[in-house]
Amino acid sequence: MSLHNMRNYICTALLTVILGLFLYYAENNLNPYSVRILNLLAINAILAISLNLIYGFTGMFSLGHAGFMAIGAYVCTLLILTPDQKVAMWLLEDMPDFLLHLSLPFFPAVILGGLVAMLFSLIIAVPSLRLGGDYLGIATLGFAEIIRVVITNIPSITNGSLGIKGIPEYANLWWNYGWLLFTLYFIYALLKSNVGNIFKAIRDDEIAARTMGVNAFFYKVLSFCVGGFFAGVGGALTATLISTIDPKMFNFMLTFNILMIVVAGGLGSITGSILGSVVITIMLEWLRIVEDPFSIGDFEVAGIPGMRMVIFSLMLLLIIIFRRSGLLGMREFSWDAVFNFFNRRKQEEWRRS
Amino acid sequence: MLKIENLHVYYGGIHAVKGVSLSIPKGHIVTLIGANGAGKSSTVRTVAGLERGKGSILYKDKNILGRPTEEIVRNGIALSPEGRRILPHLSVEENLRLGAYIRNDKAGIAEDLEWVFSLFPRLKERAWQAGGTLSGGEQQMLAVGRAMMSRPELLMLDEPSLGLAPLLVKEIFSIITKIRSLGTTILLIEQNAFAALSIANYAYILETGSVVLEGSGQELLHNPQVKAAYLG
Repeated sequence: MSLHNMRNYICTALLTVILGLFLYYAENNLNPYSVRILNLLAINAILAISLNLIYGFTGMFSLGHAGFMAIGAYVCTLLILTPDQKVAMWLLEDMPDFLLHLSLPFFPAVILGGLVAMLFSLIIAVPSLRLGGDYLGIATLGFAEIIRVVITNIPSITNGSLGIKGIPEYANLWWNYGWLLFTLYFIYALLKSNVGNIFKAIRDDEIAARTMGVNAFFYKVLSFCVGGFFAGVGGALTATLISTIDPKMFNFMLTFNILMIVVAGGLGSITGSILGSVVITIMLEWLRIVEDPFSIGDFEVAGIPGMRMVIFSLMLLLIIIFRRSGLLGMREFSWDAVFNFFNRRKQEEWRRS
Repeated sequence: MLKIENLHVYYGGIHAVKGVSLSIPKGHIVTLIGANGAGKSSTVRTVAGLERGKGSILYKDKNILGRPTEEIVRNGIALSPEGRRILPHLSVEENLRLGAYIRNDKAGIAEDLEWVFSLFPRLKERAWQAGGTLSGGEQQMLAVGRAMMSRPELLMLDEPSLGLAPLLVKEIFSIITKIRSLGTTILLIEQNAFAALSIANYAYILETGSVVLEGSGQELLHNPQVKAAYLG
């Protein structure tokens, strides 16, 4: 390992420790509302990174994220509820016996949620990835809706449109940020490897990739399935964070929110997705102040519900008009860039003196 | 080495290639000449497995028509597609390394990378630059180098002179003859008839999807019909 790499590893380790200390502080000192936002931020980042892998790095316009999240959320929830809870909650129809007694701890339940979501993304990928561009978007959107409608209509397994309440709130800061770090590391390593270059080659020019002997279809399916896995994990964490799920929650708006984070942060930038999650998650909460009643001079304005979405949409419009490639474009954070920046400044100061 | 017999290619209702037959002997440069829409690109794209067609394409006496592109590349046919198709966000070296995607011999790939760099010194200077930032001529060199990275037995070049300054065209063509002298068979698609005929062993002239004339490069270069239509 070169000195240079060592420096970068140490910096990354330090940053992780600082994050850990911050989470420890947040858990013990911040109010539950702020902690909830921190949690949402981590989950949104996981979802955004996974969608960015599919759309930003492999160039497949997919609108199926809410569907994969729903699968992850339901699978995980069904696995962690106790038989008593299931008997008490399933009002429409009784649950089949084998499911009633199926019970797993939280961690394996989340992984299984991700794996089942991945299986479904494979089933969806094989027929629809032959399509390109907007057509793929429409096909995946359709599949996500199908998943939602099926969940509504199999009450013996999912409790139908009543949804599931009282899910144990396992997804605390440590789980969410642990998963976020794992997602980051996994997708970063994947993109750094040769596979990452193949994804980008397919995104930039599928014909060129194919003339080099790349089996483009295989790699597209691979990218879609990895994205599907982390979407499922994100769904499972969402369910165990907010403790209630129902089919309506996983509609198109959810996919749209994640897409918004990805596009605002920058298609093809993991750093951008994280930055986008921070900005958008916090903004969505902070902008609630514009919905409160306020007064300008003597003039009283009543609270306008939905006002924050108006401002939010305007902000998005501005980003798209003035920074079409998102906040970061395709740039990534790197320690080299940080140190180069400071070195350059030092050199300039030295030259001036 | 490659024998195309009675090849037909359709795009929806358009009959783009109408029964083209041609053969490419080992170690030769064979060129396909014709105006826009003559069916040159469709022919090579079908050989590369990017389009479907009817007829037969025999490569080393095996019919490869309709096989997937990755299998055709593995069998030793490389295509440098029309319009260069450089991957703009990958570096020059990454572009070249992806060209060797089908190979696993690390040492051999490193050797060929050096070879491509010696062939195109300008690419070496820009090894870490993103492909999209190269000039047109450099991109064309990268496209040819990338196709060579799979160590093909048959190299198909689709309009390597497109949009290049005359001096660069000369450079590219001298490298094409160099590649032939090293034992690679070449199928060259060109609109620049003079340059192509000057280096080709054999040439076919395509018009609206059919071969209208064929002969050795020198023969066609002095053919009055060709002179009138393509050389001016």
